[in-house]
Amino acid sequence: MSARIVRIAGGQGFWGDWLEAPVRQVEGGPIDYLMMDYLAEVTMSILQKQKSRNPEAGYARDFVPLMGRILPTIVAKGIRVTSNAGGVNPRGCAEAVLRLARDHGFAGKLKVGLVSGDDLLPRLDELLTAGHQLRDMETGQPLSDIRSRVLSANAYLGMAPMVEALDRDAHVVITGRVTDTGLTLAPMFHEFGWDPDDWDKVAAGTVAGHIIECGAQSSGGNLLKDWRKVKGMANPGFPIVEVSDNGSFVVTKHPGTGGVVSVASVTEQLVYEMGNPHEYITPDGVADFTTIRLEQTGKDRVRVTGIRGAPRTPMLKVSIAYSYGFKAVGTLVYSWPDAYDKARAADRILRQRLKDLGLEFEQVLTEFVGVDATHGRLAGPADPEAPEVQLRVGVRSTDRAAVERFTREIAPLVLTGPPSVTGFAGGRPQVEEVVAYWPALIDRTAVEPGVRVEILEA
Amino acid sequence: MPAPKSVPLQLRYLAHARSGDKGNSANVGLIALEPEWYDLLRRQVTVARVRRHFRGMVSGVDRYELPNLSALNFLLHGALDGGGTISLKTDAQGKVYSTALLRMEIPVPAAVARAARKAAR
Repeated sequence: MSARIVRIAGGQGFWGDWLEAPVRQVEGGPIDYLMMDYLAEVTMSILQKQKSRNPEAGYARDFVPLMGRILPTIVAKGIRVTSNAGGVNPRGCAEAVLRLARDHGFAGKLKVGLVSGDDLLPRLDELLTAGHQLRDMETGQPLSDIRSRVLSANAYLGMAPMVEALDRDAHVVITGRVTDTGLTLAPMFHEFGWDPDDWDKVAAGTVAGHIIECGAQSSGGNLLKDWRKVKGMANPGFPIVEVSDNGSFVVTKHPGTGGVVSVASVTEQLVYEMGNPHEYITPDGVADFTTIRLEQTGKDRVRVTGIRGAPRTPMLKVSIAYSYGFKAVGTLVYSWPDAYDKARAADRILRQRLKDLGLEFEQVLTEFVGVDATHGRLAGPADPEAPEVQLRVGVRSTDRAAVERFTREIAPLVLTGPPSVTGFAGGRPQVEEVVAYWPALIDRTAVEPGVRVEILEA
Repeated sequence: MPAPKSVPLQLRYLAHARSGDKGNSANVGLIALEPEWYDLLRRQVTVARVRRHFRGMVSGVDRYELPNLSALNFLLHGALDGGGTISLKTDAQGKVYSTALLRMEIPVPAAVARAARKAAR
């Protein structure tokens, strides 16, 4: 019987998360691994655009200076890092980290594992010709309908190449599109040497990964239950899982940090973005969230046991981004008295002007912030004494010129519409290009032979 | 013996919740504040009631049970004006549909209502 514990810490819940978190995770107490998730569904397309302008870009740039801050500590303590910061250019990201390591005097002391092969964009037409239709999982539409507008296409890889990189002594594993959960699964399977077909272990690691992949959202951040009682959030403790060889684990955080790890905080994260709880599907296996047992075993300690899994499916998910059109959102603030009525009158005037200009939009959406923006009609009637109401109008169109013209129709309302209006200091609304997400499935045999693991040395 | 008297009570007194997005659908995980209230939620927060609560705001509702977490998971389809980057909504990713569900009222035994309101103070 082994009493060995492997500690895996969540360092970033998304690209843009708190920059101090990874530093505090490596310095604030014992951990063995730091996992950092950077890739939301549409992040890949943003990175693809950056790479098309500059072939050296295309990865989460914040990752490199962050590595600069933690490198001395992780080398000294032997902490290893898994991250999908590589985006659409994992090689560029890996090379930047290696340069950084050499600049910091770690030449010959740092190995970076580079995982590639998720990028299907160069092979897209070949795959379509071979009969992979890459239909939208939600609508069933075939990809050929929007082929000319595709900006990026990446398969979600599972843990296998990351386990291989760790087995080959990589200190830092950098990938492109892998699943968030794989970043946590890989250290577990590497450390304990578990069979990748042990479905209960895969499921346990998947749940562990799900719990820490959104950063502090499992340790007190965004916690609704008793939110006033969550203390110390100026220095939130990000989550850590302490994993045992039998697949059970404890969720905790470093001592002396703010926030809370409780059955409530972990449960709220477990149900976040949940679909069918019986089938949480990843490239590595299927987890049944209805088998999870949670138990508070101490202050800021929740034990997680009992997780059952099922075999992996023959398919991989593909994340495709395509150019959809353009949008803009304009806002104005109307004050008491009759704030809501004034905002409504302004909306009617604006819509008439857009109509008179003959502009075509796929959608014109009006919200009254302070009245109905988050809960719609469920919020009940507007308070006639409301101190202010924000008018918020958004438009979407495939016609850039129409959206551009809309952005010039907001400010004029200040002198040509209802009174007591302010809040336009931000200037004209910006036209935003809409890059939409197209989730599809592909036979894993079409992808996995192209997956590569390389070990690069500083 | 007569059935215990029922009174309407907002879900905010019985449950906490978190929501997120799945494409153009929002999910809401509804978690009983006390495990003994889970069965009440399971019986009363039905697909039909949730669909009625969100009428005009969503196109369909699915429900899953997680007795192990004292939780129900709802998928609210067509809730996000296209979802993700397409949506023009303030809540494009369905982050606060959770609290919109907590506005819903269900009939509960008077004793439970008293206990739940007291616990909320």
